[in-house]
Amino acid sequence: MSHVVEARDLAIGYPNRRVGAGISLGIGHGEALCLLGPNGSGKTTLFKTLLGLLPPLAGEVRVLDEPVADWSRAAFARKVGYVPQAHAGLFPFTVEDIVLMGRAARIERFAAPSRHDREIAADCLAALGVGHLRTRVYTEISGGERQLTLIARALAQEPALLVMDEPTASLDFGNQIRVLEHVGRLRGRGIAVLMSTHQPEHALRVADRIALLAPGRLAGLGAPAEVATPDALADLYGVDAAAIVASLPALSRLQPPEKHAS
Amino acid sequence: MSAAARPAGWLAAFAALLAVLVAAFAVGKFPVAPGDLLRSLIGRFSAAGSGLPAAVDTVVWNIRLPRVAAGVVVGAVLAAAGAAYQGMFRNPLVSPDILGVSAGAGLGATLGIFLGLPLALVQGIAFIGGLLAVAVVWRIASLVQRHDPVLVLVLAGVALGALLGAGISLIKIISDPYTQLPTITFWLLGGLNAVTPNDLLATAPVMLAGLLPMALLRWRINLLSLADEEAAALGVDVGRLRLVLVAAATLSTAAAVSLAGIVGWIGLVVPHVARLLVGPDFSRLLPASLLLGAGFLVATDTLARTVAPIELPLGILTAVVGAPFFLWLLARVGRQT
Repeated sequence: MSHVVEARDLAIGYPNRRVGAGISLGIGHGEALCLLGPNGSGKTTLFKTLLGLLPPLAGEVRVLDEPVADWSRAAFARKVGYVPQAHAGLFPFTVEDIVLMGRAARIERFAAPSRHDREIAADCLAALGVGHLRTRVYTEISGGERQLTLIARALAQEPALLVMDEPTASLDFGNQIRVLEHVGRLRGRGIAVLMSTHQPEHALRVADRIALLAPGRLAGLGAPAEVATPDALADLYGVDAAAIVASLPALSRLQPPEKHAS
Repeated sequence: MSAAARPAGWLAAFAALLAVLVAAFAVGKFPVAPGDLLRSLIGRFSAAGSGLPAAVDTVVWNIRLPRVAAGVVVGAVLAAAGAAYQGMFRNPLVSPDILGVSAGAGLGATLGIFLGLPLALVQGIAFIGGLLAVAVVWRIASLVQRHDPVLVLVLAGVALGALLGAGISLIKIISDPYTQLPTITFWLLGGLNAVTPNDLLATAPVMLAGLLPMALLRWRINLLSLADEEAAALGVDVGRLRLVLVAAATLSTAAAVSLAGIVGWIGLVVPHVARLLVGPDFSRLLPASLLLGAGFLVATDTLARTVAPIELPLGILTAVVGAPFFLWLLARVGRQT
């Protein structure tokens, strides 16, 4: 199977600080891969490396089977959209202005967004159920609405893959559910999703596969039922397996009973 | 702002600028009635001439035109550079001299005056000093890795600005207090009183050349107000775009400062007002800043040569007018939100 993005024996980190090594993973077209890992395990560093924002210390990142080092920023942005954690924003841009920024890689250097770009921006907002926000000011809407706006901006890139950095962090319960529902729908549209989360139940809900990132290495990669076992999660987060089971009732429904009897 | 209100708003802004320009041509030690202005204008382009006394035509075309034209260009350029910098440095309190262009130009001009050089040379040294200062700041910032590049740039600019300011102060102390010091002081506070048509013809193309990249990149500049990595992930070559804009803003600001001295406040206040009127999208913010900056500087310069028996330095008036207006604006906006 060809991959949208593939990491081959990747070492990640900074010149003076290696964060992780030996990381190999690939994301197929339309696949949702969730990354679980404790604070400081290098989730953000891995994302930055996959996004070409940080050079790998070793190994390589390939997008659509070509080394990422050969891609221009604009060409990359036409294939891979990035959804950062919702931020406050500084200047009072409208939601439409923000979403239109997602068109940057598809707009000529000296041009401004066309009517076509505006239609796409409106469609992306509508697809997330927030079409009514179009004329609102980004700095004045709620955190959940901002997160959906940033997802719409990434969709406006018309990417094959969306990379989402903890898209449900700092959202209230309802908005978390809403964002996860939309992630599920993206998959239906053939868009691959790579997202990190601190909540294993979110991963269980939307992921085709789960990757466990322990500090320095990939501790597991595969189908949720095989990877997100109480023992593996207990190892990953440094807590008791029984505590994991108690906190995650969804997990016991997923696991065959004999698997976590030990 | 609704789509229907936009053309009307722009029309009003143009009308206001035109009114300011007419007033600037009309008032002064030698008042010219608006009707005579029109006759002089028609006379300029007809074989018959204006039929006005020669003194009127001289005042309008040889004295007021270069000064008003310089006010338009300098005000427009400083406001546009300020608007671009506030966006790209993600800080609404930034002015176009944050990277040391005014300090570099100021030291150059001060040195030129101290050495008794002719005015054209003083302007040339000021221009080069401004460019050099920003080049040094850019170089220092590019040597510093592993920090937020925007923060490093601004901090390097502030530090170099302080160093150059020390140089200016030193020259002021050792310069002749009766002949050189007043010239230096006046230059450092800015003014259009010494502008000749030749000065304007030499600097205006440079200022406009600096505006060109801003006009061409007017939409893309918006993306620099995002975090660097966010903008890069959206397909922007952040480092190159920032370099182009810093070079453009520095070029036009250095030319403006070499022509008019250090005119403060415009680059800080005008973009704020423009943003309140048309929003932060640079495609609209740029033309709004150009119009308001031109109008504000011409109006201020008209005051500078009419309110007092002596010619007031522009920098004093832009601060006296700009600062209270800015505070009023802050208070008003604070109440609304």
